[in-house]
Amino acid sequence: MTTTAIEQKKKPNVVIIRPSKGWVGLRLGDLWAYRELIYFLTWRDIKVRYKQSVLGILWAILKPFMAMVVFTIFFGNFAKIPSDGIPYPIFSYTATLPWELFAASLSVASRSMVSNSNMISKIYFPRMIVPLASVMSSVVDFLIGFTILIGMMIYYKFTPTIAILWLPLLILLALITALGVGFWSSALMVRYRDVGYIMPFVSNLWMYLTPVVYSSSMIPEKWRLIYSLNPMTGVVEGFRYALLGTARSGSVMMILVSSVIAVLILVTGMFYFRRMEKQFADMI
Amino acid sequence: MSNLAIRVEDVGKQYNIFKETRYTTLREKIVETVKSPIKTLINPTGSEKFWALRNVSFSLDHGQVLGVIGKNGAGKSTLLKILSRVVEPTEGWAEIHGRVGSLLEVGTGFHPELTGRENIFLNGAILGMKRTEIEKKFDEIVAFSEIEKFIDTPVKRYSSGMYMRLAFAVSAHLEPEILVVDEVLAVGDAEFQRKCLGKMSDVASEGRTVIFVSHNMSAIQRLTQECIILDQGRMVLRARTPEAVDYYLTNDFSASGERRYAPSDVPSGAYPFKPLAVRVRNRAGVITDSMLSVEPITIEVEYELDSDITGLRVGIYLMTSRGEYIFTSFDTDDPEKFQSLSVRKAGHYVSRCTIPADTFNEGRFVIGINASSYMVKRYFSDERAINFSVNATGAPGMHWVEVRHGPLRPRLDWRIEEAP
Repeated sequence: MTTTAIEQKKKPNVVIIRPSKGWVGLRLGDLWAYRELIYFLTWRDIKVRYKQSVLGILWAILKPFMAMVVFTIFFGNFAKIPSDGIPYPIFSYTATLPWELFAASLSVASRSMVSNSNMISKIYFPRMIVPLASVMSSVVDFLIGFTILIGMMIYYKFTPTIAILWLPLLILLALITALGVGFWSSALMVRYRDVGYIMPFVSNLWMYLTPVVYSSSMIPEKWRLIYSLNPMTGVVEGFRYALLGTARSGSVMMILVSSVIAVLILVTGMFYFRRMEKQFADMI
Repeated sequence: MSNLAIRVEDVGKQYNIFKETRYTTLREKIVETVKSPIKTLINPTGSEKFWALRNVSFSLDHGQVLGVIGKNGAGKSTLLKILSRVVEPTEGWAEIHGRVGSLLEVGTGFHPELTGRENIFLNGAILGMKRTEIEKKFDEIVAFSEIEKFIDTPVKRYSSGMYMRLAFAVSAHLEPEILVVDEVLAVGDAEFQRKCLGKMSDVASEGRTVIFVSHNMSAIQRLTQECIILDQGRMVLRARTPEAVDYYLTNDFSASGERRYAPSDVPSGAYPFKPLAVRVRNRAGVITDSMLSVEPITIEVEYELDSDITGLRVGIYLMTSRGEYIFTSFDTDDPEKFQSLSVRKAGHYVSRCTIPADTFNEGRFVIGINASSYMVKRYFSDERAINFSVNATGAPGMHWVEVRHGPLRPRLDWRIEEAP
């Protein structure tokens, strides 16, 4: 291991360009070498997102907040969907927030390759950076929206327990899922622009497969495991567990199953993306 | 041996014409697959293939500056894209020693909403510079681009000249071992072009490796020692620059000195005037788009008249590549000729004129054509019918290596006398 590293140092930057066939390696080292570009692209996306909008960064709060209000009126008050004894507004906001993180990440990641086509057809850099940076930029919105959640927790008198330590992991899980699906969809979209029309629909449908407006306790016990094959189930379930203390016997199991699936989506997505990568500049 | 910078072996790139021009939709793909499963299996995209580049091999040592010449579509850009790893070759391989920086198109990744300062950092990162590197060069970049006052203004408010200067400044200050440059000098004003050329020759004289693609033969001659000539994706020659430029200019690689009009190119309103072709010929009568300033240039317009036209005049506009008019001239400018040809009979004609030697400065020029009857009707006009480039070798003042302002370079009869 060390000898090869030294040998590489002796011959710096020798690049062999040759046609690649089929599945290729991920070359995560390249991603590391270009980490500053990830940072700059993320920074650009954040910076540009709310330019020339009157409310600016306030949108990051308004979007999940308005969703929560609508859910509370229709699902909480009219449909009277049970919320495990938790006030419906905070019950739904705790889920809307990570859901928005996921949905927004997925939407920008899917479009990322096509919207950066100008760069991709002109300059070489590891292409995986593009969806990666676009997912990262959604985190800022999430953090801003989180301040509202803190306010609501104070208002509804929820004291966080030690379970709150799960949060970073759950956020990561949401990002991994978004990135994994994003790798698939952005690579597909280079080839088939239809994906751009399908994704909002997929995202909508997906929300109802995730316990955002209802509680997963409504799902019959025997279906729970299949239900948690949806990685976002684990994320949302985890958020409620970590912040509101809605512990259930199956929660940890659900999060585990979700994590395994999320990683699976990510890894397959990366390999598919890399396989398609060589054609991007030709097709885009 | 260890001094090798680039080695290219038998590199080829195949494109699907279909894929290039448009993207498929999922529905089309499904319909296609259902309709003709066998055809789809054999040729999944149902497209024609063509080789943009084939069997190209060469090697280049560190510190050499190589020019790449060829007309449009010869494969120059494809070669550069392969070397800068934007596209993968279909066959063959290449070996590159050192960091490659490409100036395939300056300003790539610039975001209009961001300020000049922000774009410098973003663009630098995209081009592969480290943040510390950019910080170190920041002042130099700003000074080179001459936009100090506007550095914190969003670039969408920049003039196109400012935008270009900033973009080139960032690219020019990245210090790769190998620099790949494509046609940057085709833009900007003469002053800026001179600055770019200066920067390019600095880079070259610092002992870095440069691959330089250009239509501008004088830039090629100034900057490179050796050239390769590409034609239809093949490498036809590798030689020392003077020899290669000479070969390129004298051989008919640029058959684009002719523009033919298909019936579908001509609007129905042009009747009864039917343009057939516009051609540019050099002194020897060869149709080419590469001219020498010191030789006369012949321009001809070939056309048919389906019926008689009264008062017809057929003429040309001559413009710089930036669209500034240099002159307009008609075949019946001479009043006597206009009188004698007051009605031009139906038939097949060629209107031909010769622009005297020692007229043009180096650069690219555009010819537009116009066929009209004064105050009656404009039958046909094509503002950008054809273009040609002029090489100033042998023109007045070439012993000074500098860019001469203005599109013309006449040989004037200067007299120097002692004043009484």
